[in-house]
Amino acid sequence: MSLSVYVHIPYCVKRCGYCDFNTYTPGELRQGSDSVASVAEGYIDALLDEIEIAREQTGEQAISTIFFGGGTPTLLPAKQLARVLNRLNERFGLTENCEITTEANPDSVDASSLKELREVGFNRISFGVQSVKPHVLAVLDRTHNSNRVGEVVNDARSAGFDSISVDLIYGTPSESVTDFSESLDFALSLPIDHLSAYALIVEEGTKFGAAVRRGEVVMPDDDESAEKYLLLDRKVSTAGFEWYELSNWSKAGHQCRHNEAYWLSADWWGFGAGAHSHLSGKRWWNIKHPKSYIESIKAGGSPAAASETLSQKDQAIEDLMLRIRMRSGIELNRFEKNQLTVLEDFYQRGLFLPDSWKSGRAVLSLEGRLLADQVVREVIS
Amino acid sequence: MPAIPLSSAPQPAETNPALIRNFSIIAHIDHGKSTLADRMLGITGVVEARNMRAQYLDRMDIERERGITIKSQAVRLPWRTDGSDYILNMIDTPGHVDFTYEVSRSLAACEGALLLVDCAQGIEAQTLANLYLAMENDLTIIPVLNKIDLPAAQPEKFADELARLIGCDPSDCIKVSGKTGDGVEHLLDEIVRRIPAPQGDASAPARALIFDSVYDVYRGVVTYVRVIDGRLRDHDQIQMFSTGVKHEMLEVGVISPEPIPSKGLGVGEVGYLITGVKDVRQSRVGDTVTTATKPAQVALAGYKDPIPMVFSGLYPLDASEYPTLREALEKLQLNDAALVFEPETSAALGFGFRCGFLGLLHMEIVRERLEREASLSLISTAPNVVYHLTLEDGREVEVTNPSEFPDGKIAEVREPIVRATILAPSEFIGSIMELCQGRRGILQGMDYLSEDRVEIRYTLPLGEIVFDFFDNLKSRTRGYASLDYEPIGEAEGDLVKVDILLQGEKVDAFSAVIHREKAYAYGVMMTGKLRELIPRQQFEVPIQAAIGARIIARENIRAIRKDVLAKCYGGDITRKRKLLEKQKEGKKRMKMVGRVEVPQEAFIAALSTSDEGDKAKTKK
Repeated sequence: MSLSVYVHIPYCVKRCGYCDFNTYTPGELRQGSDSVASVAEGYIDALLDEIEIAREQTGEQAISTIFFGGGTPTLLPAKQLARVLNRLNERFGLTENCEITTEANPDSVDASSLKELREVGFNRISFGVQSVKPHVLAVLDRTHNSNRVGEVVNDARSAGFDSISVDLIYGTPSESVTDFSESLDFALSLPIDHLSAYALIVEEGTKFGAAVRRGEVVMPDDDESAEKYLLLDRKVSTAGFEWYELSNWSKAGHQCRHNEAYWLSADWWGFGAGAHSHLSGKRWWNIKHPKSYIESIKAGGSPAAASETLSQKDQAIEDLMLRIRMRSGIELNRFEKNQLTVLEDFYQRGLFLPDSWKSGRAVLSLEGRLLADQVVREVIS
Repeated sequence: MPAIPLSSAPQPAETNPALIRNFSIIAHIDHGKSTLADRMLGITGVVEARNMRAQYLDRMDIERERGITIKSQAVRLPWRTDGSDYILNMIDTPGHVDFTYEVSRSLAACEGALLLVDCAQGIEAQTLANLYLAMENDLTIIPVLNKIDLPAAQPEKFADELARLIGCDPSDCIKVSGKTGDGVEHLLDEIVRRIPAPQGDASAPARALIFDSVYDVYRGVVTYVRVIDGRLRDHDQIQMFSTGVKHEMLEVGVISPEPIPSKGLGVGEVGYLITGVKDVRQSRVGDTVTTATKPAQVALAGYKDPIPMVFSGLYPLDASEYPTLREALEKLQLNDAALVFEPETSAALGFGFRCGFLGLLHMEIVRERLEREASLSLISTAPNVVYHLTLEDGREVEVTNPSEFPDGKIAEVREPIVRATILAPSEFIGSIMELCQGRRGILQGMDYLSEDRVEIRYTLPLGEIVFDFFDNLKSRTRGYASLDYEPIGEAEGDLVKVDILLQGEKVDAFSAVIHREKAYAYGVMMTGKLRELIPRQQFEVPIQAAIGARIIARENIRAIRKDVLAKCYGGDITRKRKLLEKQKEGKKRMKMVGRVEVPQEAFIAALSTSDEGDKAKTKK
């Protein structure tokens, strides 16, 4: 057995209006200094302590994937992130081809910091690009300058990253199909190996969510988002990428193995404030606020806020809901008879690929991918 | 000091009719009747200041909250005027359009009435209707202008208006403030001086008029009566004229304002009796009470069975609450002789009851009490009236549920017609006429009550009023118009049934009986509303409006194309699983119409009379 590791860095220079991730700006943390680095010093110490807790609990296991997410991990100096990587390596050991990813905001890196990241061990990088259209970025309340994106992706290539990914968001109010098409063309013009594209989700409790609720911003029609998805899949496929999950496309061999671990219900440990973990049927999640997280670690306790033990039924639902999103699909022999009847009905409507179906797997067709949640809901009802 | 202690005041059953004054107060909601009544209780000393609470006589929470009196009550008030001790019986009347019959019985128990008008607003339509009722009963009217303490008061203007209406001198109007108590003592004196004492034959067989009947959890039915002739004694066996049923009288007494048992009630007196019956339908308003030993031969005039005018289907949101709904309706019926209901099954809404009401307010009150007192969540179908049909084969059919309206072979449809009176500032005449005309109204006449206030009379089909007429009237007149209506019979109408079909399946709850000329507009409105309210399904869903087999309007709900959340990573998994499970539960609460899943909210919004449905969040 191998373990996957997620490390949460809950800091951003600025919170984007649509984002509901567990992240804090220096101002929100109110610790006197505005420098994230100074705030983060104690946080990294706490992460190192949590690694000790994890090692004690999981026993000997090599780590096969590591993913630094946020927040903005690249706000911290590479040498701080390296402390975490080193400790993981010391305590657990990494598999030979361990995939080590960090998320990056194009504004928070440059040629030299990318080089440093590569040197301390990161071999995969994922840039949050979202859109190249300034008016779309404005609605998203994003800061970066899209001209920089091309530079940093090339810099990352020069620094020697094995895999480079960019993230796009579509379905932002004010974004036309042409706007999205341009963002897509731009992303595909870069030397990347992997692309994630997400339809914008309105989250409650965000500035953007409030604006939608007040009617100041109107979300686009789902049909338009469906059009964009079809366009996306067509362009990305033409450019030599293959879908391996609903919102993820890659060149051969460049799938994100870390995310695959989530979707295949492997074991992973999430370190840091608000991070979720899963170890053989048990899930838990840490205290959300970094300050409370640090304090609970310092006090020698567990940083977990709550946990749940998955029943067989829960696990079955999760397996379905996660695997159905993947190109590898889900084996038909996992289902009960009445569920198969429901699936059969969807198959008749063209939601599953015939070849896979005939060989005993339910793999969503292009139209089916757009209706994945409906399929799950009907099968479990 | 005109207030006299109860103990030294004339006692029940021993009071000389010449010293009794029976009166009620005719007033519109908000014109301060309850406040004036409270003030009278205080000034006559029957309620001590420390025990006073606002709207003392209104027993139900719902009455106090809505500021309206649904059930009347009678209070015995001792009062000394010009050196003699009198008994004033104040009979509190309900103040709304649906309870005209109850009002008329309360008035029949009195010799006089106070016409109470807010002198910042002037008289309202309902008050006017009740005033006419009092005048028809030959009651002595004392015009009273209330709220003279208000800065906006215009006592002179409205004194003129009242004088013109009842044919008196403006100086006959008594000016009071229920709030400050100003003028109330004078008013009590004038009640003694102006209102005649009751007349009656003390030696004749007993005849008492039931003007109210209330179910009490502890005592059973409490019946309020006014003795016309003879005497009711404690432990008499009494008999109801309409049913002939005899009851032992367990207790008789007066209200002052708490019940005080007495030896009996004599001519002209007003009080209560308790017989142990459990259902107000055994002790009906308007009926005559006599004694079993020496029964009167002739009943008092005016008894009528309550007739439901407006019908609506009531369904529990949660099907398992059907028995609770039944129990709650049965409980309400103990106290509401006018409420009728019978079980009904709707393909769309499940098991429920078709309920008949006196009118819209009655319906609203029943619904609110069911929801409040039995903690029920209900869906009600759009209100409708009762139709009488003659089929081509000569058969007569009564329809109280539009979905049961036959599809063809109808020779004639008759619908109830009302005479409506609308009072409003004259600037709104045009707008009101436009509204009434659009509702198939026929203008009967118009009179100016004062320079800038007008009374407009229309006959209208009741079916045109029950939907959203009143809300419409209020919004067109910035809330200034008031409405009263009374049924005057039936008329033939060119009516058709419009059905609504989802994917070819008729949704019984949405069927409506409508004038042929408006059927198309209704179909377009309803299909449009449903298109907004019903979420997109796995397949395309046509929504059609049809008269018989003929489709008159159509909308389409396109099949859903995208139903997936883009992101699902480690921290999202638990949340997403729980969301899917919640949605799965939500699916169970959907009503199935054929294969179409319709959320309950869609039914509620589509059936609501207001514009809520239009405001419902667009999901497309």
